[in-house]
Amino acid sequence: MARIDFDKYKEFYAKRTEGLRSSVMRDLMAITARPEIISLAGGLPNTESFPAKTLAKVTHDVAMENSAAALQYGPTEGFEETKQNIVRVMAAENTLVDPEDIIITTGGQQGIDLVTRILVDPGDPIIAEAPTYPGAIPSFASFQADVHQVPLDDDGIRTDLLREELDNLKKVGKRPKFIYVIPNFHNPAGVSINLERRLELVELARERKLIILEDNPYGQLRFEGESLPTLYSLDEDDNIIYLSTFSKIISPGIRLGWLVAPAPLLQKFNLGKQAADLCPSTLAQMVVNRYFRDFRWQDYVEETTGVYHRRRDAMLAALEEYFPQEARWTRPRGGFYIWATLPEYLDTTDLLALAIEQESVAFVPGGGAYMDGSGTNHMRLAFCAVSEEKIEDGIKKLAKVIRGQMALYKALKGSNKTL
Amino acid sequence: MSKEKIAVLKGGRSLERNISLKSGGRVEKALAELGYRVESIDVDAHMVRRLKEAAPDAAFIAMHGSGGEDGTVQELLDILGIPYTGSDVLPSVRGMDKVLSKHIFEADGIPTPPFYAFNRDAFQELGAADTLPYIGEELGFPIVVKPSAQGSALGIRFAHNVDELPAALISAFSFDDKVLLEKYVKGRELAVSIIGSEPRALPIVEAIPKTEFFDFESRYTRGKADYVAPAEIPAETAAEAVEISLKTFEVLHCDGFGRVDMIMDADGGLHVLEINTIPGLTDTSLMPMAAEAAGISFAQMIEEILRTALEGT
Repeated sequence: MARIDFDKYKEFYAKRTEGLRSSVMRDLMAITARPEIISLAGGLPNTESFPAKTLAKVTHDVAMENSAAALQYGPTEGFEETKQNIVRVMAAENTLVDPEDIIITTGGQQGIDLVTRILVDPGDPIIAEAPTYPGAIPSFASFQADVHQVPLDDDGIRTDLLREELDNLKKVGKRPKFIYVIPNFHNPAGVSINLERRLELVELARERKLIILEDNPYGQLRFEGESLPTLYSLDEDDNIIYLSTFSKIISPGIRLGWLVAPAPLLQKFNLGKQAADLCPSTLAQMVVNRYFRDFRWQDYVEETTGVYHRRRDAMLAALEEYFPQEARWTRPRGGFYIWATLPEYLDTTDLLALAIEQESVAFVPGGGAYMDGSGTNHMRLAFCAVSEEKIEDGIKKLAKVIRGQMALYKALKGSNKTL
Repeated sequence: MSKEKIAVLKGGRSLERNISLKSGGRVEKALAELGYRVESIDVDAHMVRRLKEAAPDAAFIAMHGSGGEDGTVQELLDILGIPYTGSDVLPSVRGMDKVLSKHIFEADGIPTPPFYAFNRDAFQELGAADTLPYIGEELGFPIVVKPSAQGSALGIRFAHNVDELPAALISAFSFDDKVLLEKYVKGRELAVSIIGSEPRALPIVEAIPKTEFFDFESRYTRGKADYVAPAEIPAETAAEAVEISLKTFEVLHCDGFGRVDMIMDADGGLHVLEINTIPGLTDTSLMPMAAEAAGISFAQMIEEILRTALEGT
């Protein structure tokens, strides 16, 4: 046979895998792991500041006191004690929750996956922000959701445009299966939804019988300003599925997150979780629970938030000093990310190649946060994982690359005069 | 009886690092299966020291793009006196630079699409932008805008009219300081792989991408392109493609192995786009496919490439 069959399995793949693909960006990202690269790309929690002695002590204690149970299977929804600790974590954001309504997941990511798996049939509409968390897109794509993105601004999702989108869907007899929002210190945009819009979202969900998936991994990492109420705490009509994680307040390596949902939904999530991986890691839960028993979990959050705060300040100062005035960026009051917008003619995936090659600095191009290939003039700059010194250096180098391309563009546009 | 010790150089920091790691990994596995002692080196600032320590009998360069394919590593290996696979410094420099190689093609009568080349300074300091409308008229649209020294189709853009040229140029200039604007030749994508101390062509592979052209995504995503080997083209065209490819290989003084990419237009005319002095060796790459179509296994192909280095052709 002349035609080459590259992949003899291709006839076996499910249709839903068609949305999953490899990209230039993923390959470029492989280079950013090199030590000489200043990477403003990865949203990596600052695990360096977690005291090794604490980890050693809690794992040691778990092993010595509870070895057999720690190595055993556990309940699908997680241990009671883990749920009690989650109640405490959520209380720190003034959110009261019944431990019965909680299911522990393998990271927040599994929460997104479970919700999509349980609610979405192929072609079902869902709504997400534009931009949205790039890591949610493969989950949405693999369940063949029809994702409608609604732009956000400095105050979070544009509720006026959300209404329009809902109306448009209604006209064709559709209603989104859920609305996915990241209210605090958005990934990638860095912005938070203001109080007015939070109230409006909750009201909209009540009025139109909608489900909102509230993804709140960063809420505890606030540097300034008043804490805003979670959508979950504002809702009195059981329309919110709440999602969070221990990744940012302890460590992502623990791989523990949670979903909070009304009983009927929770039951389905439980079945979905059983199918996916039976139960969350018992060992990880016991380590977390022991940590909560013997240490004040807020201490580490305060310390690590202080680190992020200084790094954000360093990045904002550097942006102010070095970035061209044609660029705009958000001013996050917490979390990990700044979202920068460049002149439209600059494609940030191309820019990433140049930034890596020429200046050894990396970031995440914005296109990955949009389903439709737009957003190519945006970039996500993570300040969480790099020292202040390197942040300044990195932004300075990046600015040089951007200015170079802008100067080139101006020179290129010179031709228009002669047309 | 243990065979020679071979250092496999892979990775590096070019934009094709990931592709190179894949190529290198497959080469290492093949060499180990063949009984060679393999020293795997992810190329970084310690490469020279590691090569000195390992003292290999030869180096297999499984690197693509800048640093590995452009003569840099070859130069170092020459200094260290370590024989290596593939082309020497000069053909590597020429092959990596599309502008330079196209000038050589033209000088030696190898058909290649007409083109214009510019570096950044031409636009920023010499006002080259004013020539864009003229170039548009000369070449006709669409125009393919390419970085001169970049592989895997990275940074290649199509401009369908003069207004799209600036953005396409900005993209291409993100990947190199020198770019070319090339006449778009519509046709079928053919790849002729060449191997051996007495260079010979392997069966021609046709790539049939499902996207506008054979871009990065269609190259490395299974199912995003179809491939036919040997390509189903008229025998005389195939013979001509082989002849042109061998000539291309020869005029650049290439060695060991390489791959010539060309377009066959609707009238059967052939147009050489470029030569790759270190073609991809991943499991979705064209050269391994060509070898397989000839009944040569990947390991056999790797050994043949290696022997040309060890025997010092």
